[in-house]
Amino acid sequence: MSTLVPTPPDETVRAPHTHHTHRPAAGMTLGVLLRQGARQLPEAVRKLDPRHMWRSPVMFLVLLGSVATTAYAIADPSTFTVAIAAWLWLTVLFGNLAEAVAEGRGKAQAASLRATRTDTVARLVGTDGAESQVPATQLKVGDLVVVEAGDVVPGDGDIVEGIASVDESAITGESAPVIREAGGDRSAVTGGTRVLSDRIVVRITAAAGETFLDKMIALVEGTSRRKTPNEIALSILLASLTLVFLAAVATLAPMATYAGAPQDVVVLVALLVCLIPTTIGALLSAIGIAGMDRLVRVNVLAMSGRAVEAAGDVSTLLLDKTGTITYGNRQASRFVPAPGIGHDELRNTARLSSLADQTPEGRSVVDLALLQGADDHDLPSDATFVEFTAQTRMSGVDLADGTQVRKGAGSAIGAWLGLEQPREVQDTVDEISRAGGTPLVIGRKDTAGVGAVLGVIHLKDVVKEGMSERFAELRAMGIRTVMITGDNALTARAIADEAGVDDFLAEATPEDKMAYIHQEQEGGRLVAMTGDGTNDAPALAAADVGVAMNSGTAAAKEAGNMVDLDSDPTKLIDIVEIGKQLLITRGALTTFSIANDVAKYFAIIPAMFVTAYPSLDRLNVMGLATPQSAILSAVVFNALIIVALIPLALRGVRFRAASATSVLRRNILVFGLGGILVPFVGIKLIDLLVSTIPGI
Amino acid sequence: MSDTLGGLLTIALLVGLLALVYVPLGDYMARVYTSTKHLRVERLVYRLTGVDPDAEQGARSYATSVVGFSLVSVVVLMGILVGQAALPMGRDLPGMPFWMSFNTAVSFVTNTNWQSYAGESTLGFTAQVAGLAVQNFLSAAVGIAVAVALVRGFVRSRSGALGNFWVDLTRGTIRILLPLSFVAALVLVAGGVVQSFADSTMTTLAGHSQVLTGGPVASQEAIKELGNNGGGFFNANSAHPFENPTAWTNFLEIFMILVLPVSLTRTLGTMLGNRRQGLAVLGVMAMLWSVSLAVATWAEVGAHSPAAQAAGAAMEGKETRFGEWASALFAVATTGTSTGAVNASHDSLTATGGGAVMVNMMLGEIVPGGVGAGIYGILVMAILAVFVAGLMVGRTPELLGKKISARQMTYVALYTLATPALVLVGTGVAIARSSTADAMGNSGGHGFSEVLYAFTSAANNNGSAFGGITVTSDFFQITLGLAMLIGRLLPIVLVLLLAGSLAAQGTVPVTAGTLPTHKPLFVGMLVGVIVIMTGLTYFPALALGPIAEALV
Repeated sequence: MSTLVPTPPDETVRAPHTHHTHRPAAGMTLGVLLRQGARQLPEAVRKLDPRHMWRSPVMFLVLLGSVATTAYAIADPSTFTVAIAAWLWLTVLFGNLAEAVAEGRGKAQAASLRATRTDTVARLVGTDGAESQVPATQLKVGDLVVVEAGDVVPGDGDIVEGIASVDESAITGESAPVIREAGGDRSAVTGGTRVLSDRIVVRITAAAGETFLDKMIALVEGTSRRKTPNEIALSILLASLTLVFLAAVATLAPMATYAGAPQDVVVLVALLVCLIPTTIGALLSAIGIAGMDRLVRVNVLAMSGRAVEAAGDVSTLLLDKTGTITYGNRQASRFVPAPGIGHDELRNTARLSSLADQTPEGRSVVDLALLQGADDHDLPSDATFVEFTAQTRMSGVDLADGTQVRKGAGSAIGAWLGLEQPREVQDTVDEISRAGGTPLVIGRKDTAGVGAVLGVIHLKDVVKEGMSERFAELRAMGIRTVMITGDNALTARAIADEAGVDDFLAEATPEDKMAYIHQEQEGGRLVAMTGDGTNDAPALAAADVGVAMNSGTAAAKEAGNMVDLDSDPTKLIDIVEIGKQLLITRGALTTFSIANDVAKYFAIIPAMFVTAYPSLDRLNVMGLATPQSAILSAVVFNALIIVALIPLALRGVRFRAASATSVLRRNILVFGLGGILVPFVGIKLIDLLVSTIPGI
Repeated sequence: MSDTLGGLLTIALLVGLLALVYVPLGDYMARVYTSTKHLRVERLVYRLTGVDPDAEQGARSYATSVVGFSLVSVVVLMGILVGQAALPMGRDLPGMPFWMSFNTAVSFVTNTNWQSYAGESTLGFTAQVAGLAVQNFLSAAVGIAVAVALVRGFVRSRSGALGNFWVDLTRGTIRILLPLSFVAALVLVAGGVVQSFADSTMTTLAGHSQVLTGGPVASQEAIKELGNNGGGFFNANSAHPFENPTAWTNFLEIFMILVLPVSLTRTLGTMLGNRRQGLAVLGVMAMLWSVSLAVATWAEVGAHSPAAQAAGAAMEGKETRFGEWASALFAVATTGTSTGAVNASHDSLTATGGGAVMVNMMLGEIVPGGVGAGIYGILVMAILAVFVAGLMVGRTPELLGKKISARQMTYVALYTLATPALVLVGTGVAIARSSTADAMGNSGGHGFSEVLYAFTSAANNNGSAFGGITVTSDFFQITLGLAMLIGRLLPIVLVLLLAGSLAAQGTVPVTAGTLPTHKPLFVGMLVGVIVIMTGLTYFPALALGPIAEALV
């Protein structure tokens, strides 16, 4: 894990985004997990510090219980008391281990980032223009520094002079260099990246210790992690459940004495630990850390856990058309022959006209012709390519036999041929324009110089494959997608219809975006958007989830609450899913944890009181061997289930885009009903083993 | 007609009657609390009390009013009870002892109506009418007012106000409880319930003279059932022939117990502008109530224990004029609501039947719960359910357009903690005292059930007694009094603060990602959450009482 996840260099050839393009989270195999667990064991022991444990009241109580039972076991040692004390310590340790493993993965990434933050020396430009060498750590906001080929950029800043190619792989994992230049939206450079060519002057925009790199290290390491709003609310619920069970167990002591079956401290502590929600209490922080980690794995840095949670709540997505919804360039989509011209003739001629044309539009004409059955033979070697010029507004080919073929705007072709366009062709041209497409007319002069209009190529913005299905999924989850475009309303509507977005904002200015965001928020909806330019900054700041492209300006990155290192606006959809997955995992494990208690009662209560009320043996539905084996089995199950669920906590509950009702039905079935049934089986199996131990 | 057929037809008739009044009564109550007009008599009340009826109150102010009103009511009622010898129509009875008066005053103000005294031999008519009956009306009106304030919290958006407590209290009393009680009292009198202002003396067949205790029974009986109070004029409560003479009045009283809590779910739906939500809430209540009734009826009718089999039926402690079916139905209705009136001795119910009615109360008085208290109780449980369910669908949980975040969960968590803590700690402390064993009417598991039942009934503001146990010691008067007081006011304050925090929020629009809370899936989830939460809290205690007894 030496760098963050690299991405394919060319956005346009990238496959449409699906879940499957995610790199599977490393270290999820059992073997790797066991190795990670073994490595983090010392850290888990260190976390036994009560000051740390106090952060999770549930686990703190287990720690107190461990201490109490240990004292009791020392005073009155028996196989049973020693075994209970040992398994209570293991329960605490397993909880710490989950957190340590989750943190460990972030620490590995932080270490590799820290390695790039070497002791850089900055070449500071003084007020008199003279250069002096100072350590990068002493740079202040507003300082000007010179960076030349081979130098490491000493801090975050904006280029005020010059242009350079920069290797940003330390931050993005992307090996292809990028161009950064003074002025405009590509002026930001990040500390820790390396200039490969030329010389630039940079004005420092972030003080040492507050740079993007510093923030990244803190984020992946989890040092700046604070509890998120939902996590706090859940902690309150868990604390109150813990108090209810504390009351139930504490008052059980005098009740048991009255019933003629006074209970040992060890048994009462064992019951308490089994009842309080230790499963979710032990895994809660690991779930949060792993959620942030999953974002890092798709190369997104969230500035706060709060933003990740907000992503799960988003109900409106603002997506830029270009690069997100469409491939961003116009492509041939069909051939419309003029009257009297065969479709094949138009197709072959169009292909001929474009064979030497290396523009994306030209290539797309050739591709479409081949797709529709044109022969794949090369341009004759004696043909000459006629390039597009602003004067002629046409391009084409002159063949050796004197045949000339041109494609271009209708009026240009008409002028070249000296002909009026046939009315049908003109109608087609108008229709394509109205639909937001670009019509290219094909004209030909034969060997005798007789001209003819052959037909029209329909060029249009092509919607990425799979986008409309993706939007339908989002709609099923209750999320509206809104396309933002600079196109006119006509073009925008055509693309919006084809892509299946719910709404669009045509000829959008930054002010329009802001107004749209405010309008949605007033209606109680949470809005997510992406942006890269400085003029996007206010909207990014206003949106509930603002994802800045790493290629964007410092202002944009500062305004957003997430940065996408790949600069891929489609990521927004992944971010929403990761946010939802985080909440689902917490809810599912809470449900599972509480549902588990049913079986534990059926194990422990008859064991405690069967001597006083023999009739209670009928509650021993699992047929556990002895009272002691029943109690110990419940405690062991309670500890082992934490370990068993660590992979799920780290990976997250599988998320499927579906309506709230169907997601809930599935999770209630798996984690609610499953949570009730699994421990009956688990405790019984453990009891079969435990009951073979002498003295139990 | 066989008992079974008769019992089933009674239940069917009861459900039919409730269905008949559900819409008109529910919608009428919604209008009462949303109307902007004041009746002339209400204007008079406001002028006399100096209340500005058009001023709205925030959560703190509303809560202060409820708590202040309740505490003042306790003090005034204690004064009446202690000093009743100085009041007219006192039947020459002495004033109540101090701690008994504390317990009784708290009991009636909190809508509990736990009685540690025998009405006919302890209280004069003035104390009954001007003291207890007044609180029967007001405490019920307070319950509805708090429920309405919580509903307003859901309805309102970016608002600091929950309505006006004094207006809600006055309207609930004047427009709902008084007219309904008046009609109900007339019907009860027609059915043979006593209504007089004097005891009467008659000569028995053997020539001796006997004093028959009379009094304004029917008027008190009406609000006792309608307001889910349950405090009987007589010690025997609704088992007494002067309170409940025939099978027909018994049926009527069961209907009166259920009619307001059930219809309030319609009021809820109408005020929310989401009637299906009201039906969903009713559905949760009905499911739990049906199971409880089925268990209790099975236990009481079946004569499963050797003693009952020897006697032919489990008729110990039951009135022969009601029989097993109507006794079980009454017991489930009175414990499922916070009424606490009884027409049979709950101490004598079978172990399973006694356990079922105890669980009814432990559910938190939400099947269908006390007037008003049932609505706010089940809405709090709904928030708990929607919190877990909401997380499981991947969104910040929301109920009826309101987000449930840390602040709301704090109030909900404390609410769900309060009553169980009172029940368990109260029972634990009481059972640890050696003197408690002397107060019990039985030993072993059944004796334990008596103590557990007492604290469950008090903290949940039910007021029914298992009986058997003697609760006149200062220890029980004080601890049960505190359980009633804290068990009533703490949840109310938390509910009002919750309502305030909800009203202050905007409303989140419904999308396909919103968890629908009016569909069967959520109804089932809510039932599950209620059952599991109750079960996990009380299972150990129940195991040592009713369960240990029932499994014999």
